[in-house]
Amino acid sequence: MSALTVTDLTVDYHQRGGGRLRAVDGLSFELEPGQTLALVGESGSGKSTVVRTLSRFVKPSSGRIALGGDAAQDAARRGRRAERRAYHKTLQLVFQDPFASLNPMHTVAHHLRRPLLLHGDHRRGAQLEAAVLDLLRSVNLTPAQDVARKHPHELSGGQRQRVAIARALATNPKVLLADEPVSMLDVSIRLEILGLLDRLKRDRDLALLYVTHDLATARHFSSQIMVMYRGEVVERGPSDRVILYPAHPYTQMLAAAAPDPARTRAQSAEARAQRIARRDGHGAERRESALDGGCRFRSRCPFAMDVCATRPPDLPTAEAGHVARCWLLEPRPTGASGAAS
Amino acid sequence: MTAPMGTERRPPDAALGNDLVMRASDVSVEYAGPRPTRAVRDVSLELRRGEVLGIVGESGCGKSTLAYALTRMLRPPARMTGGVIEYFDRDGSAVDLGSLGGEELRAFRWEKISMVFQSAMNALNPVTGIGSQMEDVFRTHRPGMDRSARRARCAELLEMVGIDPRRLRSYPHELSGGMRQRVVIAMALALEPQIVVMDEPTTALDVLVQREILDEIERLRAQLGFSVVFITHDLALLLEISDRLAVMYAGRFVEYAPAEQVAGAARHPYTRGLLRSFPDLRGERREMRGVPGSPPDLRHTLTGCPFAPRCESVFEPCHTVAPRLLAPAGSWPVACHLHDRRFAVAQTDGDGR
Repeated sequence: MSALTVTDLTVDYHQRGGGRLRAVDGLSFELEPGQTLALVGESGSGKSTVVRTLSRFVKPSSGRIALGGDAAQDAARRGRRAERRAYHKTLQLVFQDPFASLNPMHTVAHHLRRPLLLHGDHRRGAQLEAAVLDLLRSVNLTPAQDVARKHPHELSGGQRQRVAIARALATNPKVLLADEPVSMLDVSIRLEILGLLDRLKRDRDLALLYVTHDLATARHFSSQIMVMYRGEVVERGPSDRVILYPAHPYTQMLAAAAPDPARTRAQSAEARAQRIARRDGHGAERRESALDGGCRFRSRCPFAMDVCATRPPDLPTAEAGHVARCWLLEPRPTGASGAAS
Repeated sequence: MTAPMGTERRPPDAALGNDLVMRASDVSVEYAGPRPTRAVRDVSLELRRGEVLGIVGESGCGKSTLAYALTRMLRPPARMTGGVIEYFDRDGSAVDLGSLGGEELRAFRWEKISMVFQSAMNALNPVTGIGSQMEDVFRTHRPGMDRSARRARCAELLEMVGIDPRRLRSYPHELSGGMRQRVVIAMALALEPQIVVMDEPTTALDVLVQREILDEIERLRAQLGFSVVFITHDLALLLEISDRLAVMYAGRFVEYAPAEQVAGAARHPYTRGLLRSFPDLRGERREMRGVPGSPPDLRHTLTGCPFAPRCESVFEPCHTVAPRLLAPAGSWPVACHLHDRRFAVAQTDGDGR
């Protein structure tokens, strides 16, 4: 039973002058307990909108978001208020910026007491303080007593992010959304934080959505990867398959752009020369042109064909398989009408 | 590595004196306060013509402060408390940066050395067009230039960084982050400086855009032959683009090596830790640790090696004796007792690579 099921989620933002921007278009996926799904994309791909919609900061235009488990269904029967409480107790968030997500006026203990009081059936007193210290220990912030008394400014970026994670765990959630949880942190401590999330996921059987632009950590810390481009998933599959054998031209470009310490300088120089030659052929202005109809990636795609301009390709619905949204992978890419599955 | 073309010729032997474009010796910078922060401590570096020198370190290690010192842009409470920065012009004349004042300094900046800041794309004035902001550079530094020549030069610069010259009329908000960053790079190159200092120029950008801009910098450098000081926390990126690499920790260089050799043969435990902090995109899945712990507070006096509390190969002398940046025979400079002959006995039972 999946912890979270998202079906055909579409989110539109209204723009000045009555226009609409479709930030997320027909997105469907499931989060499984004890598994990490990585959502990869550049800024503007809609990945943060997905997180915001799942945390109910943004209303979807259409589609369904359903939590798994009996508790959610029970709560839904008890009315909207109860349902909302249960939802936020079950689904928690870790934000990107630990410098902004903690209140500078309050102590670490205060940050953790709040969710415990709201959602954790705790009363003020010794038991609550013990729960706070337990949370701190579970994210390796020791000695817990000392850390609990501190204010955010006394902590390093990594320590703050641990506090933010502890706060998310306070409600004992089943689903954790981590929106770029390490991109604001120093390189040397990123792996520690990701390792911590990985351990918590296993220990608590959490369903983790890891939103990132970094392909390398996505591969190493998740079992499945979804690649998003302009609101659509263009490729999804087991993380090793997606990174080592990317099927979509966009994923191929992302993988080629990531710095690779294993490459020699001669190889890097050659790769660079190839990239420059390809871009010069494209021209600077064409890259930013907006398009309607057809494949959204075609203006940047090195393999764009005629069919790409006329009709958008579909994402095959293969269960747990490796799929990509691209005409190149269709059996008959030029067959105009009958090709769409 | 593409050899720089342009007017400069790069002698095969790097020891030649006229090969240098900048030399900094024992530079120290302090932020004044009740307990002064010694952000940069006795850093020496040499920048050769046409080379990319990478400086890598965690936040708070002093790398940006060093960049400001090199361009003489420190402002109070920061103050250079020691050291000399010399600049060598193409004709061989040397300039002591510390001796420049007022007009001389204004003329020197941008003309000879320019800087691209971390969020430079936000440094553009939002209420003025790109073109007029670019023209400002020439209005200030080339007062003799007439309007049409300025316009033509600006168009040329935009074209050089891969932006349609028609964009001169655009306002900053009409351009994407990557394009704005290109505009800023074009402005930095406007007067054909010999040194461009770049402080995290691509950190705020997406992977693909970052890659495009790095390629662009590389291409322009090959074409125009300027030197680059590239500052970032992203070691994987530096390994790819720089000729030499300085690893900074607690205000000091702890390793100063040819970039190509660092990947496989880093000597300082901190550099090795940083290398371990990047999962390999295509490599085997393995246990990854990074570098646990956090850097020391630079307001305190540091005894011994500042990295000792986080070091996995720590041994006796590290707690008492501060390591100096020394080059063992046949190697590059590294500040670590593991590679110091005085502690050679201990080295054998430590992790001596």
